[in-house]
Amino acid sequence: MMQETAFEQPASRGYLAEKGFRSWALTLDHKRIGVMYLCTTLLFFLVGGMLGLLIRLKLMYPGEQLLSNHAYNVIFTLHGAMMIFLFIIPGIPAGLGNFFIPLLIGARDVAFPRLNILSYWVFVSGILVILGTLVSPMDTGWTFYTPYSATTGAAVTALSFGLFLVGMASILTGLNFVVTIHKLRAPGMSWNRLPLFIWGMYATSIINVLATPVIGITFLLLACERLFGVAFFDPTKGGDPLLFQHFFWFYSHPVVYVMILPAMGVISEIIPVFSRKPIFGYWAIAYSSLAIAFIGFLVWGHHMFVSGMSTVAGVIFSFLTFFVAIPTGVKVFNWIATMYKGSISLDSPMLYALTFIFLFIIGGLTGPFLGALGTDVRLHDTYFLVAHFHYTMMGGTVMGLFAGLHYWFPKMTGRMLNEKLAKIAWFFIFIGFNVTFFTMFILGMEGMPRRWAQYPPRLQPLHIVSTVGSWILAVGVAVMFANFIRNIFKGDPAPANPWRGLTLEWRTPSPPDTENFEEIPVIKDWPYGYGKKTGAKND
Amino acid sequence: MTEEHPQHGESPEAVFETAKLGLWTFLATEILLFGGLFTSYIVYRLRYPDLFHAQYQYLNRTLGLVNTVILITSSLTMALAIAAIRRGRQWVSRLCLVLTIMFALGFLGVKYVEWTEDFSRGLYPGTNMFFSLYFMMTGLHGLHVVAGICVLSAVLVMSCRGRFSEQYATPVEISGLYWHFVDLVWIYLFPLLYLVG
Amino acid sequence: MLGFLRLNEVSHIAGRVDSVFIFITAVGLFFFLLTQGSLIYFALRYRRRKKEEEAETPYITGNFMLETVWVVIPSLLILAIFYYGYVVFMEIRTPPAGAAEIVVTARQWMYQFKYPDGRQEVNQVRVPVGKPVKFVMTSQDVLHGFYLPSFRVMQDILPGRYTYLWVQPMKEGTYDIFCTQYCGTGHSEMRAAMVVMAEKDYQAWLTGEKKAEAKPLAEQGEELVEKSGCLSCHTTDGKPKIGPTFKGLFGSTSHFTDGTSAVADENYIRNYILQPNVKVIKGFQPIMPTFKGILKDDDITAIIAYLKTLK
Repeated sequence: MMQETAFEQPASRGYLAEKGFRSWALTLDHKRIGVMYLCTTLLFFLVGGMLGLLIRLKLMYPGEQLLSNHAYNVIFTLHGAMMIFLFIIPGIPAGLGNFFIPLLIGARDVAFPRLNILSYWVFVSGILVILGTLVSPMDTGWTFYTPYSATTGAAVTALSFGLFLVGMASILTGLNFVVTIHKLRAPGMSWNRLPLFIWGMYATSIINVLATPVIGITFLLLACERLFGVAFFDPTKGGDPLLFQHFFWFYSHPVVYVMILPAMGVISEIIPVFSRKPIFGYWAIAYSSLAIAFIGFLVWGHHMFVSGMSTVAGVIFSFLTFFVAIPTGVKVFNWIATMYKGSISLDSPMLYALTFIFLFIIGGLTGPFLGALGTDVRLHDTYFLVAHFHYTMMGGTVMGLFAGLHYWFPKMTGRMLNEKLAKIAWFFIFIGFNVTFFTMFILGMEGMPRRWAQYPPRLQPLHIVSTVGSWILAVGVAVMFANFIRNIFKGDPAPANPWRGLTLEWRTPSPPDTENFEEIPVIKDWPYGYGKKTGAKND
Repeated sequence: MTEEHPQHGESPEAVFETAKLGLWTFLATEILLFGGLFTSYIVYRLRYPDLFHAQYQYLNRTLGLVNTVILITSSLTMALAIAAIRRGRQWVSRLCLVLTIMFALGFLGVKYVEWTEDFSRGLYPGTNMFFSLYFMMTGLHGLHVVAGICVLSAVLVMSCRGRFSEQYATPVEISGLYWHFVDLVWIYLFPLLYLVG
Repeated sequence: MLGFLRLNEVSHIAGRVDSVFIFITAVGLFFFLLTQGSLIYFALRYRRRKKEEEAETPYITGNFMLETVWVVIPSLLILAIFYYGYVVFMEIRTPPAGAAEIVVTARQWMYQFKYPDGRQEVNQVRVPVGKPVKFVMTSQDVLHGFYLPSFRVMQDILPGRYTYLWVQPMKEGTYDIFCTQYCGTGHSEMRAAMVVMAEKDYQAWLTGEKKAEAKPLAEQGEELVEKSGCLSCHTTDGKPKIGPTFKGLFGSTSHFTDGTSAVADENYIRNYILQPNVKVIKGFQPIMPTFKGILKDDDITAIIAYLKTLK
């Protein structure tokens, strides 16, 4: 399949042509739904990011300066809840996933388009409920542990309902994707020819479908405890606060794999394209996604080693936790091996993909410190943990999202980004991120607990360093968004296949028509046939 | 090897297969949702056996049994509705749908009687752990019955508009699957709450 | 600021935790250099020079040997990390016999320490150097944390049950205790100090002018046992009555009629007082009344302290 190299004027605006609020609000087109999800989630990324900057600003001072204790506690709770529930969980799946899953498998849309638009509006209704709770905002931390969350005066009940709706949207999206991937693949697209982004999204969707209901029932029980005095988590009635933690983490641990697997899928697409080499170890990467999803369901107790959970349970969870490192390591080694003897071009998508690998390795290598029982007792709920999850979630997932946005921007908008601006933004983001968050590892080792509005003054220098890092990071993000916004309207027209990729979306115009393909393609090969084929037998 | 792939406008069998996979996936989420409550039941049953022994006796076993019979019968009428439409018997199908809905409403009516009886004796969700579990589990189940009534009513309206035939009855089949699931959850709930004291 | 690089001498366990930390760092550093090094090296070495032409790339789709190696070797290394962490964790979770016990009651936003002799202090606890001390902790409201950064150990504190943490400080000094489980507005100000004193200073304080105003905890417990009617069914001299004797009860193993057994620790005693007859001890009837609503949490803590003295 040969690629176009000459620039073309966009013949039409494709799926973007039809205008008007109703054509968007009631659309059944997965691409438009994907765009709406992207805009909504990126909005909350920016809002949550500004809350993060506020947190860092306050933490420059060890005492009760700038913000009262309570105001600070509300802000970090909102930062966490917003980033996790309104940005990172839906982010890549509902945004890029919705847009590109049908395209990558050669379908015209998802299995249930009406369910798809319904999921978006359920998501939005959940957001509205959550925003409504700001009249009495919570300070429980995004983990809402009982008894505090069951007894505190804030609008936890309403928030529980809002988050239930947001979770429901995740379930509907996951359900749609599972059925789509099973039933709507183009003729000839057997499982061994599936793009790895689809494998990643498949594993993600299974987790979404199986894990999210558990947080749903947890929120329901929390609301009912507050409304009706239900006894499940109430120690005065024989309930157990630890049961809440078990339920909460039974979802919230697998959900971190909902966050990372799609990003890993994006990386698996980008590396071969920009190295002009087939992906190394296709089946290993495909199966590792499923393995991560499976093992991810078995390890939730590693968040609870010092919670009062039994020693035996702690030992079992620690043992199982380490196994998730193996399939994760397989992916990292395979991506790097793909680059070996490649012909690598460091365009912005590749730059972000490599940054993902670099930062995710750091995040991943700091996991064992927390998974090992002997060291977790020192580092749990300290800034070491905060650093670890920011390296994996932001250094990982968010960089993966950025990579995907830069990669697929031409396809989605029909325009090219400004490469120079992209690289400037990248530079600030990379430096700023590491200054902000690597410092936190040291803070944690110095004993700084998380969720602390005030702290011992001897830790102030480190906090100042971290805050300055956050300003550098903010500059980078601002430049990146400026690049996006400017080039949606003024960017150079994009060809159908600017990166010379082999997956199916590149066979459509930029942007694609509403129907995706004029004719459903018949697939004869896997999408990683880059480079010279030798006579040797291969997958 | 090429596969049949159901896109919009493809064969009804293919559309049905897709819809069925969708519903089974949805049922998996429901199993996990109720699973949280069943897990809590097991945890607290093991921890406070004498509380369960003492409290379950306050439940009205007769009404519980009546509701079990009602639900099982409604599953039967649902199955008959599907069988009827598969043979093109429109009116039989509609009648059976109506009966299913009536039974579902009956179930809710009995539940209402039970709950008001409990409230009048001072037994509320917050009273003790057993009744927390009882009200949460039957309450969540009841909400699913309500949802089922809404879905079946919509299907009934579609049927009356002549949307179904021997070739196409997917919504009937799918909602039937859902209804059997709702029945199945009750089959587990009833003994656990009313009988195994 | 770089104090974290110094090897910890504050307690034996702290040194052990740091050793695990160093081991994980070493393994991590190895993989870090290997992967990041390859990443950066390949990105630069195989960079596309000219824009139009691209080098021919070899069609490599996998290498079974290599993939096996990088599954097996990491597996062995992480098992080693798990094992080392597990071993040290068991040491952390096993207080030495004869450790002095101090009761900790946490609430928003303070720690109350109760010594065996009945003395109480808020937000400060004194211990002698070189001796193990076990904190028996409970909360009066929400979850709290109990973190001794210098000692590298922490434990959550829960309402409605007891959790434990033990340390054996080997160096005199004043050490931070931080709350690490979010508990509301005052969470970041919920801090205490553990003062580790030389033996003679500690003795001086113990027998010093600041005599205990309150009776020793165990004495309070003895009074409660007499007042609450426990002795109608239990003896303290070793003879069983309607219920088992209190002598030697704490720490012993109870055998139940359903075939199971349990060690009578703090949580067991507390649960039995509040929810008797869940399991019945062999040879006795399930007729003990509950004391829920009659005995408060503090009362139960005192009774437990008393039972511990009846060896």
